[in-house]
Amino acid sequence: MSSIELKHIVKKYGDGFPAVNDVNLDIKDGEFVILVGPSGCGKSTLLRMIVGLEDITSGELDIDGKRVNDLAPRDRNLAMVFQNYALYPHLTVYENIAFPLRLQKGKHSDAEIDQKVRQASDMLELDEHLQRKPGNLSGGQRQRVAMGRAIVREADAFLFDEPLSNLDAKLRGQMRTEIARMQRRLGITTIYVTHDQTEAMTLGDRVCVLKRGVLQQVASPRELYEQPVNLFVAGFIGSPPMNFLPARVDGNRLKLPFVDVPVDGELAEKVKGKDVVIVGLRPEHLKDSTVETAPEHSVKFNAVVDQTEWLGNEQYAYIPYEADGAVRKQLEDLDRDLDGEGLRTQMIVNLDPRSRVIEGDEARLAFDPAAMHVFDPHTGANLTRDDDKAAQIAAESEKLRKAALARAHKREVEQAEKSA
Amino acid sequence: MTAVAETNKGKLTAEEKAHLSDRAKGERNLGWRLAGPAFVIMLLVTLYPICYAVYLSLFNYRLTDPAGRKLVWLQNYITALSDPLFWQAFTTTLIIVVVTLVFELVIGMAIAMVMNRVVWPRKTLRTIVLIPYAIVTVVSGFSWLYAAQISTGFFNRWLHFFTFGGFSENYNWFGGRWSSLTIICLSEIWKTTPFMSLLLLAGLAQVDSAQEEAAKVDGATWWQRFTKVILPNMKAALMVALLFRTLDAVRIYDNPYVMTGGANKTETLSMLVGTETVSRVEIGMGSALAVILFVIVLIIAFIFVKLFKVDLTTSGRS
Amino acid sequence: METTMSTKAKNGLGVVSIVIMIWTLIPLLWIIATSLKSTAALADPSQNLFGNFWPKHISWDNYKLIFSGGASDLFLPALWHSIVVCVVSTFISVVLATFCAYAISRLNFPGKKLILTTSLAVSFFPVIAMVTPLFNLWRQIGLFDTIPGLIIPYLALTLPLSIWILSAFFQQIPWEMEQAAQVDGATSWQAFIKVIAPLAAPGVFTTAIIAFFTAWNDFVFSSNLTAQSAQTVPAALNFFTGASQFVQPTGAICAAAVVVTIPVVILVLVFQKRIVAGLTSGAVKG
Repeated sequence: MSSIELKHIVKKYGDGFPAVNDVNLDIKDGEFVILVGPSGCGKSTLLRMIVGLEDITSGELDIDGKRVNDLAPRDRNLAMVFQNYALYPHLTVYENIAFPLRLQKGKHSDAEIDQKVRQASDMLELDEHLQRKPGNLSGGQRQRVAMGRAIVREADAFLFDEPLSNLDAKLRGQMRTEIARMQRRLGITTIYVTHDQTEAMTLGDRVCVLKRGVLQQVASPRELYEQPVNLFVAGFIGSPPMNFLPARVDGNRLKLPFVDVPVDGELAEKVKGKDVVIVGLRPEHLKDSTVETAPEHSVKFNAVVDQTEWLGNEQYAYIPYEADGAVRKQLEDLDRDLDGEGLRTQMIVNLDPRSRVIEGDEARLAFDPAAMHVFDPHTGANLTRDDDKAAQIAAESEKLRKAALARAHKREVEQAEKSA
Repeated sequence: MTAVAETNKGKLTAEEKAHLSDRAKGERNLGWRLAGPAFVIMLLVTLYPICYAVYLSLFNYRLTDPAGRKLVWLQNYITALSDPLFWQAFTTTLIIVVVTLVFELVIGMAIAMVMNRVVWPRKTLRTIVLIPYAIVTVVSGFSWLYAAQISTGFFNRWLHFFTFGGFSENYNWFGGRWSSLTIICLSEIWKTTPFMSLLLLAGLAQVDSAQEEAAKVDGATWWQRFTKVILPNMKAALMVALLFRTLDAVRIYDNPYVMTGGANKTETLSMLVGTETVSRVEIGMGSALAVILFVIVLIIAFIFVKLFKVDLTTSGRS
Repeated sequence: METTMSTKAKNGLGVVSIVIMIWTLIPLLWIIATSLKSTAALADPSQNLFGNFWPKHISWDNYKLIFSGGASDLFLPALWHSIVVCVVSTFISVVLATFCAYAISRLNFPGKKLILTTSLAVSFFPVIAMVTPLFNLWRQIGLFDTIPGLIIPYLALTLPLSIWILSAFFQQIPWEMEQAAQVDGATSWQAFIKVIAPLAAPGVFTTAIIAFFTAWNDFVFSSNLTAQSAQTVPAALNFFTGASQFVQPTGAICAAAVVVTIPVVILVLVFQKRIVAGLTSGAVKG
């Protein structure tokens, strides 16, 4: 168990383009950290640098305060689960799990190895498959074998490289909770790479959002969602994604495609002098005012619904609009950064499932201006971010994390006592 | 995943060029140290003889008369190309190549499709089809020779039986050029069709069955599905198979050597080179013929690679 | 696919398969049948079944002839030469090609593509074109009709083939395994011995079989570059004589053919799957 510290980590390839640029990250002991971002953002490269499979061009990587830049992977004492699991096809499940132990010659007796392998297989429910070869296992079982191999190692940290991307949706959900449970139980420092934001949001104590090799924001999932630092993070986190609407600044009013919103106080100060801004509005903050009571100070407007999707527990409505020429390019760039398809601009509304709006209807919608995020169209910076609130969320999540770890530890001790 | 690994590897080298030139140098050295011996030996045992043959072909040179060795420049080539014997061997080879290729392609394709589709006896069929490949060519030559011979064979008797006496039991297959070539081609087709069908099967496996189903839904007949969906999709495999077999057939030697020894105008180009060199010890002339054969092979390979755009480095490997 | 096919179509394909199998097997059965015929039965249909195909009385005379009779001084040495020459050239090729293919699939160095292209181009060479210059050279330096004089040209047959097939095999090995092993705490050597070698072994083994078979099959080099003291079986078959001077050597040749064929057929059939993979992945004719 240990802390991992990344200081000004840079990875440059031959063409001089930095795949990872000046990443600073301080991972605490027992923390579950997610590296997330669209494809090609450098998250896997960063992970491979930590484990030692890629050289670090410049910067310093410390494990427990010790510089490990030049150590071979085997000397870093980290365990890694690969995307394709990288199970050894010629070895049985048992031998696959025992493999790291067998490599440490003379360190473990056969009985010890057996005990450790059985313990891991028990934890991962692999007991009945121990004598099978990986080729005969299902995707989920292979995934568990790969985790077993990482567990027996008693490594200082676990690294996961998109471990669930080869599983189907249902299994992915199961394995996700499995990984979360295991991490808490072992209380082991974990770095987890994914492009899936559901995994990022549910698993991580802290999530690092990367874009083209540059760290955008490191924060708890809640802070990312509620207080994103910029347009990119706001657009990346959340499903369905945040709506970005162009807004013209007209004195104390923001002119959105469907409605004008009055602004005052601090925000008015910040948008002053700007011609256009981008307003971010999460789909769930838009309400059908005919079935839900809109919060006070709400802005109300009418819009024609193009398409609705009723999912039982929720309902989405799609409302197309014409993007303002002044920010169209910014929005298109953002869409590309987020791996978008460059489809038509439309606003998504997460309606109450009771809403009876159907295609072609004119819906009566409302939203609270306080829920708006306002972004600078040029820098992408979030003008509405509340640093105090963000700090408060961060402190809370840190407290929750410690509590969860302590609880898991206590349960472990109790269980050990019970069985003893 | 391999793609990812490869790009990573590619990036790594590029990076090494820029930053860690020592390490790149090390890898380069190691690469050549490991690959070098095989490469050098391969060149020594193949390219050297070819170059030597080109050199020897410029001489009038009998092995039994080393003193009479004389530089004659292209005289050997002129003699060879104006000799009817050469053109006869050329025609014989050409006939064998064309006939065997056509039959192998058609039968091989049919077998490949059967192997692809068959439910029972799938495994046995795939196993047994390999047998001709496993048999030494000379042995298969003898087998067909004895099968077709009047005295020892069963061909004539079976043909006699199945045509209700219409076919003479005493027909001498090796009495004439065409009948001899028929047996030679038959034996060649028998020996190499399985290999062809295996290559084609590998190509068939690459055809997405959903495409075929889509064509079926679109109303394509069996033949249309075959020509418009299956064939275009396995073109790469087809071309590779065709190229390998063509180059192989051009070099045919063992089979006619065993069966006829070149009698009845069945001598092929390879056999001509052999007789010229070994029996007549005309090293200069033999070398010239060898070079001509080599050039023919080069031309065929060139036609395939350039005109038919056969990409050998990728198509063979999935 | 299986479910959509009607029983009739299934049976039809089954029948076609059986026809294919018979066509494939007959020449092999025929040579076995002929090897089991006595000299008298060879040209006498009345002593055979199925239109002169299978002998009524099985005779082992031909096998006696090649192993202890008149043909044994030709056959036994030839068999020995075949084994020695093929084993040695296969061994050399596979060892060299393994290093080479490992470098090609694992290391980055200029000239990788050149090696692969050359090995492919070389396998297109008309082997007979190498015979004339080698014949001349061997005569001069005394390698004619010697075992090394045959091993060297056999390298020309087996080496390019081995490089090509092995590179294809090695490229299929997921090298992520090696990284996983390193992260698991293995040194480079341990990663190679415990993970890569077991994964590469089947490929090397298959390549060895294919290379061995290619050498075993050769007739061009053996018939032109040897006279007697290094002749291999395929070439020697042509020089067989019968039980007496006036008897055709048909039976003896067939017996010898069976002896050299059956082990290879068994080998190929046992490792059928891998050999097919090797042949089609390299797309090289053996």
